Amino acid sequence: MAVTPKPYSIFSLARNALNYHQGWQRAWRDAEPKRHYEVVIIGGGGHGLATAYYLARECGIRDVAVVEKGWLGGGNTGRNTTIVRSNYLWDESAGLYEHAMKLWEGLSADLNYNVMFSQRGLLHLAHSVHDMQEIGRRGNAIYLNGIDSEFVTPQQVREMVPFINLDCRYPVHGALLQKRGGTARHDAVAWGYARAADNLGVDIIQNCEVTGFQIEDNTVKGVETTRGRIGAKKIGCVVAGHCSVLAEMAGFRLPIESFPLQALVSEPVKPVLDCVVMSGAIHAYISQSDKGELVIGAGSDAYLSYSQRGGFDIIEHTVGSIVELYPIFSRLKMLRQWGGIVDVTVDRSPLISKTPVNNLFFNCGWGTGGFKATPGSGHVFAHSIKAGDMHPIAEPFSINRFNTGALIDEGAAAAVAH
Amino acid sequence: MLLIKCPWCGYRDQSEFSAQGEAHIERPENPHDLDEEQWGDYLFFRKNPKGVHYERWVHVHGCRRWFNVIRNTATDHIHATYRPGDPIPALSDEETDQPA
Repeated sequence: MAVTPKPYSIFSLARNALNYHQGWQRAWRDAEPKRHYEVVIIGGGGHGLATAYYLARECGIRDVAVVEKGWLGGGNTGRNTTIVRSNYLWDESAGLYEHAMKLWEGLSADLNYNVMFSQRGLLHLAHSVHDMQEIGRRGNAIYLNGIDSEFVTPQQVREMVPFINLDCRYPVHGALLQKRGGTARHDAVAWGYARAADNLGVDIIQNCEVTGFQIEDNTVKGVETTRGRIGAKKIGCVVAGHCSVLAEMAGFRLPIESFPLQALVSEPVKPVLDCVVMSGAIHAYISQSDKGELVIGAGSDAYLSYSQRGGFDIIEHTVGSIVELYPIFSRLKMLRQWGGIVDVTVDRSPLISKTPVNNLFFNCGWGTGGFKATPGSGHVFAHSIKAGDMHPIAEPFSINRFNTGALIDEGAAAAVAH
Repeated sequence: MLLIKCPWCGYRDQSEFSAQGEAHIERPENPHDLDEEQWGDYLFFRKNPKGVHYERWVHVHGCRRWFNVIRNTATDHIHATYRPGDPIPALSDEETDQPA
């Protein structure tokens, strides 16, 4: 049933170059929905596609459909600032995000798709005594979990970013450096997972919006979609900002609120910044893409909204911080600005969980920083769906923690950045 | 940016206000009798609707008083604002049927 595409290689590149690039095949099929699947994944973003891929690749379940209401990777997968790191405070988070980091490190070869994963190093700046205490606590916790983490002085920051303004309104007292942190090409992650999953027989169905669940005896039997009913033994819901909307269709609520989060990119310039620099305390996150654009992440709006556009005051605040820290960027023109809807939990940790409905699993609540976890999230979610029980790494991220009180409070830990 | 009508001060820029989440959540009268499920539900679980949302705001850089707002979270259109304790303004069918 699956078409077997030719693997990408230096030889296929050369062959197609000689052929004026006329011979490239489409990367995945435009599948028609079947009436029934063993597993249906709702949401064709990075996490959903990764889940489908690992179901087919590692769990032996190839009768899988990914249904996506828009186009593949068109939600938060295509809207984030592409940063990858695993420098979290709590043991549970370290387990999850470092699991993802290790998968990132072999991902391009695994998928036969260049996701342009670049471990260019990630600085987290400390601007106050409190920031220094926070990175001191977190840096040591990360180190004790066996994850790379270094304290660097303002002088070392200047060596990495020569044009930074260390002594300004936001003085830099020090920083936490994760050398294995960096960026990946976000679209390529979605496309790479889609192509690899399709190659294993997964049906990827775009323009197919879920409008309801079919539930009998508190057990999910399928989904109603704009392209008809699709039956399934098990369903995994991976829809980020709209997870509460889907949960309401299934008859329960989530400990989540949805907010707009904005980002912007500048006009492309020659290489100037070869690492990622984050300033959580002042909501200024910046890196340079391989195209040369400066990619800037802003803070989220403080009110609940699904409008996919944020307030201008948020952008103004972030750009003000960026210009103060990096005066040489002050005359750069910004090309694009956009918002995505992020699903935020109170403890700023995700939900990877069973739900009150049998055979219906949710993977959501990644809030303002889910991209970095894409491979690990999909991997543990796939194994959890296969087993019908949560993977040990996913277990602490159950919805149930909001009843038992076993929160994983990365919100208080990292102040703001996730 | 939103233009919000404070029920005491009139229309002001959103930057004067602070959003405080879902409105009309009543603190349980008998907290000691609640089980984990009920207590967690009160503290953390929210409607988070795509559509009409009843929410609390505080005029933090103004009169510092709290009030309620009815806003469509899909469009950010504000239907009404009202003081705590006031009757909840009724929306027309057309308003509640706004596309999510």
